[in-house]
Amino acid sequence: MGKTLFEKIWDAHVVQVVPDGPTQLYIDRLYAHEVTSPQAFDTLRDKGIKVFRPEQVVAMPDHNTPSDQQEVINDPIGRKQVETLAKNCAEFGIKHFAMGTKDNGIIHVVGPEKALSLPGMTIVCGDSHTSTHGAVGALAMGIGTSEVAEVLASQCILQGKPKSMRINIEGELQKGVTAKDIALYIMAQMTTSGATGYVVEYAGSTIRNLSMEGRLTLSNLSIEMGSRAGIIAPDETTFEYLKGREYAPKGADWDKAVAYWKTLKTDDDAVFDKEVTYKAEDIKPRITYGTNPGAGIAIDETVPTLDGLSDAEKVQLTAQLDYMQFKPGQKLEDTPVDYCFLGACTNGRIEDFRAFASIVKGKKKSPNVVAWLVPGSWLVRKQIIDEGIDKILEEAGFELRLPSCSSCLAMNPDKVPAGKLSISTSNRNFVGRQGPGARTVLASPLVVAASAITGVITDPRKFM
Amino acid sequence: MAKQKFNIIKSTCIPVAIDNCNTDLIIPARYLASTTRDPKFFGDAFMHDLRFDADGKPIADFVMNKPEFSEAPREGVHEIIVGGQNWGSGSSREHAAWAIAGYGVRVVISSSFADIHRNNLLNCFVLPVIVTPAFQQELFDTIAKNPQAIVTVDVPNQTVTNETTGHSEKFEINGYKKHCLVNALDDIDYLLSVQDKTIAYEQARAVK
Ligand code: SF4
Repeated sequence: MGKTLFEKIWDAHVVQVVPDGPTQLYIDRLYAHEVTSPQAFDTLRDKGIKVFRPEQVVAMPDHNTPSDQQEVINDPIGRKQVETLAKNCAEFGIKHFAMGTKDNGIIHVVGPEKALSLPGMTIVCGDSHTSTHGAVGALAMGIGTSEVAEVLASQCILQGKPKSMRINIEGELQKGVTAKDIALYIMAQMTTSGATGYVVEYAGSTIRNLSMEGRLTLSNLSIEMGSRAGIIAPDETTFEYLKGREYAPKGADWDKAVAYWKTLKTDDDAVFDKEVTYKAEDIKPRITYGTNPGAGIAIDETVPTLDGLSDAEKVQLTAQLDYMQFKPGQKLEDTPVDYCFLGACTNGRIEDFRAFASIVKGKKKSPNVVAWLVPGSWLVRKQIIDEGIDKILEEAGFELRLPSCSSCLAMNPDKVPAGKLSISTSNRNFVGRQGPGARTVLASPLVVAASAITGVITDPRKFM
Repeated sequence: MAKQKFNIIKSTCIPVAIDNCNTDLIIPARYLASTTRDPKFFGDAFMHDLRFDADGKPIADFVMNKPEFSEAPREGVHEIIVGGQNWGSGSSREHAAWAIAGYGVRVVISSSFADIHRNNLLNCFVLPVIVTPAFQQELFDTIAKNPQAIVTVDVPNQTVTNETTGHSEKFEINGYKKHCLVNALDDIDYLLSVQDKTIAYEQARAVK
């Protein structure tokens, strides 16, 4: 029997199977950020050990970095985390992309765009959205801080082997539908725990036709349905994207690498533990109405009603809608919004800014909204400026900010105030995620752009 | 987190019947700013925004503030949380496990856990116990009738028992991890002890 792509990568990294226990899996790349690493470095210090393979570790601050200026972090606690990361990297000999330098950005944007994440690799980071890197054909998993310490100390983790699932999307995407909408659609079908325990491979003609940026967006959201990782077989789109990037193999090494990467696909006779297929034409631009990313609808649908739900489900839905200040059966289109956020490791890439600009070009930002447009990295920001997108944004009344996780989570100054409604390209609409009491509607860059112009939740197809 | 040996835990429970209780609820993002692992700091932050309002006053109708469940865990009391399904979804932050451990909880029982959080709990010497939805519901019902109801988690025998009804279920844990929990050993020490295997793997791969 053939092997799945996931199994090929997994098997190539098995150091040993611990007797009556998990697998000892070798890790090619560890990424570290300032929030989940300090206690891991402390563990090494407590034990008096060094980093085992420092050249395989790359670190950068992203969660606490402000998006308005990066001279100084005013919040003393955030500043301390960022300084601690710099200090730990210096002490342990780890590559560090410091705040405000051209190398910095959100890890899940920087890793692929510098070709630090390559097909066939095992990649981990103390961050659940590590699933993003699976889009290049790597096995990429989020881990906890104890595991970060384990990888620093041994370049390995102990893991039970996940099950495998394939999600096929077939057909052509409709106008105004993006990778973000595919992800929000899948999640609504699968629920937020539907893929728990699985590594999910995305396949099918729709996925083949997605750009690398779109694939990264899709893979980013894998964790929101509980999956251990998302993965997409590398192909010409992948090779084209990686070629010539800073850390990509060069010359003869490149040819050798590509020859290997071409073997990284699921064999025809491989069997998945679970397989589902969706049709691209069923997917419309989407928004969420609740407080988990699976609680979503097509933009022209209405919020679900309580009809036919069990008592427990009624309680859950009512709690979500109370928080969001929405009503069962309500139409969400035309609901006034207060904040618009373009960015995060979900939608902070060049293609997302191009999409946003395509909608707002020649129009004006609604005076009723605060808009945060935050590139995912300094490289993305440079591309935006090189392509003149910043001018389009400026003319429409938008300001381009500095790379950061920004308003994706309430750890830096970009907090949405309590009670305000935000329409956001980020990946989580949890209670308080964008700030205590903040209400978040997740959507694609196109939907956020259309809403930023009108000041109300707006179907972008009206502007296309 | 404190390494504790696991044997048989017999305790009253705190019922937190929230499905998809994500790690942002277990510990809000602002507590992630710590660079240490102080158990008291993280224990105080556990479920903070459900326990306290914006002025820091306890929210009376949240289960952990009800008189019958508000006592901090100690031996035999509130060492077990019975949680809703898909416990610990969302962020990979181990801070959520530190919060649970710091509060004094030793076992979380649910019908399902998010993968990363489940690993994090184990690494923090909190035992995640997966039971059937029916068993989970019976536990909630039992505790609703009698907050003093006792649940026994027997790690060596891998059983969990609702002492009120006498119903018992077996739970999964691999032999390696059981050995670690019973003897208070952690993964990093194990991985360091097999470093020769890692080096052999690297060398074999370099030849290819
Ligand atoms: S952008 Fe948001 S989801 Fe992505 S790494 Fe930053 S905080 Fe996490």
